Amino acid sequence: MPKIIVYSTPTCPYCHMVKDYLKKFNFAFEDVDVSVDEARAQEMIDKSGQMGVPVLDIDGKIIVGFNRAEIDKTLGIKK
Amino acid sequence: MYDVIVIGAGPAGITAAIYCARARLKTLVLSKNIGGQAALSSDVENYTGYQFVTGAELAQKFHSHLDEFPQVEHHEAPEEAEKLKKTRKGFILETDADRYEARAVIICSGANPRPLGVAGEKKLRNKGVSYCATCDAPLFKGKDVAVIGGGNSAMDAVMRLLKYAGKVFVLNVNPELKGDELLKEKILAEPRVQVVPNARTVAILGKKSVEAITYSQKGGPERKLPVQGVFVEIGWTPATEFADVEKNKWNEIKVNLACETSAEGVFAAGDCTDVPEKQIIVAAGMGAVAALSAIKYLSRK
Ligand SMILES: Cc1cc2nc3c(=O)[nH]c(=O)nc-3n(C[C@H](O)[C@H](O)[C@H](O)COP(=O)(O)OP(=O)(O)OC[C@H]3O[C@@H](n4cnc5c(N)ncnc54)[C@H](O)[C@@H]3O)c2cc1C
Repeated sequence: MPKIIVYSTPTCPYCHMVKDYLKKFNFAFEDVDVSVDEARAQEMIDKSGQMGVPVLDIDGKIIVGFNRAEIDKTLGIKK
Repeated sequence: MYDVIVIGAGPAGITAAIYCARARLKTLVLSKNIGGQAALSSDVENYTGYQFVTGAELAQKFHSHLDEFPQVEHHEAPEEAEKLKKTRKGFILETDADRYEARAVIICSGANPRPLGVAGEKKLRNKGVSYCATCDAPLFKGKDVAVIGGGNSAMDAVMRLLKYAGKVFVLNVNPELKGDELLKEKILAEPRVQVVPNARTVAILGKKSVEAITYSQKGGPERKLPVQGVFVEIGWTPATEFADVEKNKWNEIKVNLACETSAEGVFAAGDCTDVPEKQIIVAAGMGAVAALSAIKYLSRK
């Protein structure tokens, strides 16, 4: 299983969607709420060079936003 | 071949899909997200039956309601409509992922945030420049930020930001804030908010992320404000480029009282139309009208 981290906030619609999407394909992930964890928020900004959520870290590969094409490719999800 | 494709899953699209599902139409809903702008509103206090509900909760309720109809095909992942074409039998919709055929189409694509169009804005997008205070406010803990705008969305953004940010500057091109009076009173009474009236934003500055914003008041000299975040809240433009139907000068799709557009078999509802009021309950109501009209149209065919 790949190691997946999802950086998100509770109020961002795309964050909920991306987490639902991963769950649908049975991928486990660490859910980091950057609205309460400032250190991890900074970690996300350092990794992605930007401040928008969600950010996915899949085995070190950084994907900004719910970029389905990239996520599918990285995780080998087929329609 | 679907009976109906619903484009967009905000209040209008979800309501339209529920009506189509109950009429047993083969329905496809595709959208860039679920809940649309409604999911971004912090507090909704004017949706009948809910004295108070957050936008996120309301969007969740809409979503669960849609999920009660397993016969509605609903793509969970974001998908963007790119071109709607007329065919002999109906319509073809091309998206960034696939293409679909349907006998009728209901456009509920709402609106996208309007960019400011100033220097530095594109380069610093998501590097301090945001169009969604709801999504991004938590990342600005203790930082000073500027909100550009002076209407309800700008004031909503200010309320969001006050939970996290340090100082909140509001750069408003107009002399006064416009919108909900209660909200306005709350904001003007808040010591951490500074409203700058008659301010035209000139540029957003920063190397790797936002460091400052410059503005001028009534053509006066340029002034610089050190901020780490800029939230653009200057209104919305209808998301209607993919459809060749009659529109008004603001690119809003023209509809009649039955939510019919200039193209037979194409219906539209909510904020993407020329309806004068942009509200959740209005969009939902129009979604119902558009669906009922589509149902009638398909039964005539
Ligand atoms: C911050 C904020 C606060 C608000 N507060 C309130 C309030 O308190 N009360 C109230 O009544 N109203 C409020 N509104 C207004 C209200 O949210 C809108 O009027 C309503 O959401 C419009 O619904 P809609 O379904 O027409 O469009 P939208 O909500 O804009 O939904 C459009 C949908 O279409 C999708 N879409 C767009 N383009 C495409 C495409 N090309 N392909 C596929 N899908 C697409 C979008 O992803 C979205 O899912 C608020 C709005 C904002 C931004």
